Amino acid sequence: MSTTAVETAVSLDNALSTAIGARKQSSVEVTDYDSRQTVGKITVDHPKMICREVNVYYGEKHAIKNVGLDIGTNEVIAFIGPSGCGKSTFLRCLNRMNDTIPICRVTGQIKLDDDDVYDKSIDVVQLRARVGMVFQKPNPFPKSIYENVAYGPRIHGMVNNKTELDELVRDSLERAGLIKEVEKRLDEPGTSLSGGQQQRLCIARAIAVNPEVILMDEPCSALDPIATAKIEELIDELRENYTIVIVTHSMQQAARVSQRTAYFHLGDLIEIGDTDQIFTNPRHKLTEDYITGRFG
Amino acid sequence: MNKLKPSAAPVAPGRDIKTIVNASLKRRHAAERRFRWYGLIAIGLGLIFVALMFTNIIGKGYPAFWQAYVQVPITFDPAVIDPQGNRDPKAIETADYAALVRAGMRQLFPAVQGRLELRALYGLISSDAAYELQRQVQQNPALIGASQEVWLLTSATVDTFVKGNIDRTLDETERLVKDNQIEWIDKLLAAGKIQKQFNTVLFGNGDSREPEQAGIRGALMGSFFTLVVTFLLSFPIGVATAVYLEEFAPKNRWTDLIEVNINNLAAVPSIVFGLLGLAVFINFFGLPRSAPLVGGLVLSLMTLPVIIIAGRAALTSVPPSIREAALGMGASKLQTVGHHVLPLAMPGMLTGSIIGMARALGESAPLLMIGMVAFIVDVPKSFMDPATVLPVQIYLWSDLPERAFVERTSAAIMVLLAFMILMNGLAIVLRKRFERRW
Ligand SMILES: Nc1ncnc2c1ncn2[C@@H]1O[C@H](COP(=O)(O)OP(=O)(O)OP(=O)(O)O)[C@@H](O)[C@H]1O
Ligand SMILES: [Mg+2]
Repeated sequence: MSTTAVETAVSLDNALSTAIGARKQSSVEVTDYDSRQTVGKITVDHPKMICREVNVYYGEKHAIKNVGLDIGTNEVIAFIGPSGCGKSTFLRCLNRMNDTIPICRVTGQIKLDDDDVYDKSIDVVQLRARVGMVFQKPNPFPKSIYENVAYGPRIHGMVNNKTELDELVRDSLERAGLIKEVEKRLDEPGTSLSGGQQQRLCIARAIAVNPEVILMDEPCSALDPIATAKIEELIDELRENYTIVIVTHSMQQAARVSQRTAYFHLGDLIEIGDTDQIFTNPRHKLTEDYITGRFG
Repeated sequence: MNKLKPSAAPVAPGRDIKTIVNASLKRRHAAERRFRWYGLIAIGLGLIFVALMFTNIIGKGYPAFWQAYVQVPITFDPAVIDPQGNRDPKAIETADYAALVRAGMRQLFPAVQGRLELRALYGLISSDAAYELQRQVQQNPALIGASQEVWLLTSATVDTFVKGNIDRTLDETERLVKDNQIEWIDKLLAAGKIQKQFNTVLFGNGDSREPEQAGIRGALMGSFFTLVVTFLLSFPIGVATAVYLEEFAPKNRWTDLIEVNINNLAAVPSIVFGLLGLAVFINFFGLPRSAPLVGGLVLSLMTLPVIIIAGRAALTSVPPSIREAALGMGASKLQTVGHHVLPLAMPGMLTGSIIGMARALGESAPLLMIGMVAFIVDVPKSFMDPATVLPVQIYLWSDLPERAFVERTSAAIMVLLAFMILMNGLAIVLRKRFERRW
């Protein structure tokens, strides 16, 4: 499974570069630079989350402008775009992490299954248990590895006794592909692990509460290629059970792990579609510039 | 963009970067050396002053830990102690023990005759001696009728003389000990009947007008009760305030105002808190004067801003990524703070609190305002008993001319400093303990 994932990714990479080269000569209609309308189909057949007319303001600053998209069940969707375009901002709307920023204001509709995320009756505690998050910088708690993973199940009261908890912790670590490395040292502090191991620990911590959606904000940006490859494999495996939204700056990574890709630019959702199509056949000039590296 | 020519180096021709840097290198090194010297001189000066202070205080205060005692043959005469012979506690309590002491002294020097001479002889012994005998008899009534050598406290003048602080070459009229007394003391010393023993009185007694009977126990207990009140009030309130302001309060004009006020309060002279305490706790709420409870309340007012500021600083130093991690897991705000932020901030908070407490321990001005400066003999037993505190005791004693009080002032300062060092040590230990958990 793991080798195939990487191989597929590599072959997709190659296909990507040839396709981009080929596309230059093709004559498909491409939307011009000036258009800020979203290109591509924003809906999917089995949506897990539905976002419509989402606007985010930081005080006066309009950071996300009228964005609408669906996130399909058990799919990996990648958010790409230049720095400062609002990927993280939009991602953090999905589990209301933006609530912690006092000047941040969100309008529009975001639904998780049938529940309105921004509805007054929804408790963020419940929401964040259902929509987990992995951050850009690995941020394990300064506690033992075991405690890191056990924290979520504990506060949500998901287990009845120590044996169940032990099992859950081991299972989560196993699914995060970390169990072999830490089996003997569960009592050591999580911060004593390497960067890549810490990030997988954070993923284990997130999946320990068995969320429905996992948000990942540039999870590999602090990691070397080998650690990155491990996490990408992991994402591929996790897709069977979870819906994953990943923000990335690496086009290759988006191509390797995601089924759908959304391209943001200056707060607008410029283009969204199947990853293959976005990378081989972008339909908006801005997308094309960005993925071919012509973007400033 | 292309106007900048790559060859346009901003360096004068003929001089490369190496020579330019080398030219200034000497100056830079010299500046660095100079700065180091300034630092060393400053530290050296500081150390010299600390050393001076300590040698002065310890040199002066060290003798106070020893006290001269005289061995007197005492006959526990039943006719004096218990004339009825029925061991009535009342009679035993009120018996004339001073007469026993006097008899003992006469027995030591049978040759002394005449009222004035005898008075001088009796003057060698502290008035505490009679109470000492009373205590012994009350504890052990079997003593009645027996004869025993008893070590009794000498008067402060004898103590001072024995410690070599009275010049015997002075004219008799200018000396506190007279010629005949010196003669007796010399005889007793030669016979080994005057000895310096560890000064239990200093740690066992409250204040007294007689220097040889004055101790710091009253002040120590007063300081203890006061600090307990201060800690119990200011630590929880301070930590809760810091947590609320830093983690929960909305950032608006009101919280800004509160913040500015807290910072100002930390800079308010402590005597002002004393006046406030006098007006509010004593005059308005009618709490008793001189009580450790009121002292603790006043010192809490003074310590709170320090704890709050230290607490907030400790909280802000906790990386935000920890909060995000916990919130992202679905922890509530209180859980995030309680499980992660507060434990990480605790070492800093404890350090701040203990520094605040140490400051409170050394504070005297506000306590003067609420009457903790009174002359109090009894050792306080509760938060409501009249009491004084160590620094105030030091202040009171430093005003008295007797040599024995000068000694005791320094000794009390040593005890105070020892407690300060102890508290700082505790701060370090606690900090280390908490840090190791992570
Ligand atoms: N806390 C904040 N307060 C004010 N403005 C913010 C805040 N966070 C983000 N912004 C602004 O919102 C815009 C979008 O930021 P965001 O972090 O979402 O970008 P991003 O696409 O994730 O960028 P990057 O790829 O660099 O992480 C930026 O212009 C940024 O300056
Ligand atoms: Mg970002």
